[in-house]
Amino acid sequence: MRRLTWFNVTSLSLGFAFLYLPMLILITYSFNSSKLVTVWAGFSTKWYGELLQNEAFLDAAWVTVQVAVVSSSIATVLGTMAALVLVRAGRFPGRTLFSGMVYAPLVMPEVITGLSLLLLFIGIGLDRGIFTIILAHTTFSMCFVSVVVSSRLVTFDDSLEEAALDLGCSSFQAFRLVTLPIIAPAVISGWLLAFTLSLDDLVIASFTAGPSSTTLPIKIWSAVRLGVSPEINALSTIMIAIVAVGVITASLITKRASLRQQADERAAVHA
Amino acid sequence: MSQTVFEPWNDPTAKPLIQFKNVTKRFGDFTAIDNQTFDIYEKEFFALLGPSGCGKTTMMRMLAGFEAPTEGMILLAGQDIAPIPPNKRAVNMMFQSYALFPHLSVWENIAFGLKRDNKSKDEIAARVAEMLKLTRLEKFAKRKPHQISGGQRQRVALARSLAKAPKLLLLDEPLGALDAKLRQDTQFELMDIQETTGTTFVIVTHDQEEAMTVASRVAVMDDGRIVQADTPARIYEMPNSVYVADFIGEVTIIRGTARRGDGAYEITFAEGQPTLFAESDTEFDNGQECHLAIRPEKVSITAQKPDDRRNALEGKILDIAYLGNLSTYHVELSSGQIVKAQTANTTRLSRRSFTWEDRVWLSWTDTAGILLKG
Repeated sequence: MRRLTWFNVTSLSLGFAFLYLPMLILITYSFNSSKLVTVWAGFSTKWYGELLQNEAFLDAAWVTVQVAVVSSSIATVLGTMAALVLVRAGRFPGRTLFSGMVYAPLVMPEVITGLSLLLLFIGIGLDRGIFTIILAHTTFSMCFVSVVVSSRLVTFDDSLEEAALDLGCSSFQAFRLVTLPIIAPAVISGWLLAFTLSLDDLVIASFTAGPSSTTLPIKIWSAVRLGVSPEINALSTIMIAIVAVGVITASLITKRASLRQQADERAAVHA
Repeated sequence: MSQTVFEPWNDPTAKPLIQFKNVTKRFGDFTAIDNQTFDIYEKEFFALLGPSGCGKTTMMRMLAGFEAPTEGMILLAGQDIAPIPPNKRAVNMMFQSYALFPHLSVWENIAFGLKRDNKSKDEIAARVAEMLKLTRLEKFAKRKPHQISGGQRQRVALARSLAKAPKLLLLDEPLGALDAKLRQDTQFELMDIQETTGTTFVIVTHDQEEAMTVASRVAVMDDGRIVQADTPARIYEMPNSVYVADFIGEVTIIRGTARRGDGAYEITFAEGQPTLFAESDTEFDNGQECHLAIRPEKVSITAQKPDDRRNALEGKILDIAYLGNLSTYHVELSSGQIVKAQTANTTRLSRRSFTWEDRVWLSWTDTAGILLKG
């Protein structure tokens, strides 16, 4: 074991400070009883109570969840299909164009994506609302799903699918019964990624949202412009908690699965 | 028990199970299979043997339906199989990587193909139980593939591909991933299973010993062509080309020119070396180039020149490869040609008669060597 030198201690504290200090301050002040954000006046949970009374925030949260669930699900289906085509189909006319288009949103500035989608929706006369946000989020998050799934497919042993065909499956059955269950972890993490991206997207949602469909990030952003309120701090703390629980659970599950796999493989060697 | 010889390929009335008719397969400019015509008979254990890239795997994938011939036709039981997709063919394949489904248990892996046939639950259970018993896997039915050893995985793969009772089973390097000892045991197991089930097996391998052990006929392939397809014994004793002679087992090839003598050909091969004699069914013109292939175990090694054999060469021992049961001597003639001779080590090592640098005589009979054109 290496000892903790002063250099290591410094880099560690600097790292933690940059990463967590802002969040720590935010969480602390969400329990502040004063309405003034920068003045500490004692511990209180009243802002959490008020948050639950705030219809506007609750509506925005509901819209956000709907958008995130629907768009990430559609993006997962489309992204997985795109990954399958790009990894499996070999060369076909227009392949370069297709892969370029799939991955374009990865590098495109969000403002541009948002603007071009806005122009499209206006052009085809689509009223902006929850539906257009879903479409927009599907567009930009499917490329992330496609990246995650195709990196798994590259290491997928094609003979598994051939074996399924050989044993009497149609191509679709082979995909459903063999390929999909095996790549499921990648598909699920693709979905989670798309879900998170949709949850915290502000730029694209601002371009494509209508008056009746405000998402939580838009709501927070506009509220903050009028001054940071302790309510916002409370809301953000809840979001941090949800994300933290999600991340910790996911990593625990993966860790346990890999430990069990290792144990099984050891057992098999000695069997 | 009556000992009828299993040789359908010599029986003109036998109907082949598989017929390749002028099959050619090209990938772009590359010709993987070059105009091949041959038959495989029912209940045969047919081995496709060759170095990597010789086209043996392509041959197998065409039978399974993963590749289609560019030209020509493949018939299975008299029916052209080109339009039949892999999932409708009465052919199953055991993959080199085994391709076991990692998310399914051993039982479910074996039942996988049966379930696709809409068989009843009882039928499936009975068939899977039968397969588990055949491959001695009863204890592991509930395990996942990563919870069993390599040898057990190999047996699961075999059980799964046999479960649907295919007319033809294809095995792609089935024992490649096993260690030497396990491989030997498994070879005999494969032969037993092939005999019990009466299924026609086609095996692809680059391991000549494996092919010789298991197969009823071996097809030696090179560069998209079957060079020779025959029983292991005939492939070994009567190779039809230098390539086959050299690929199977150990051999010494002596290049020379042939001249017709009385009953045997006379072969001159180097300045100052005596003439060799070899009987041959193949016709050679006087002065034609020829290759004499001699297996090391057919060459005797003696200290004195033998008087009963016409083929006798003197040389110096260059190397001795001690294999335990056998020793192979590499003897260099004065012309530089190296001839291999093999003796069985029937006596203990301390009493071995020859050692390095010894001058010895090598000799063999007129029928020991095979005279080949090229």
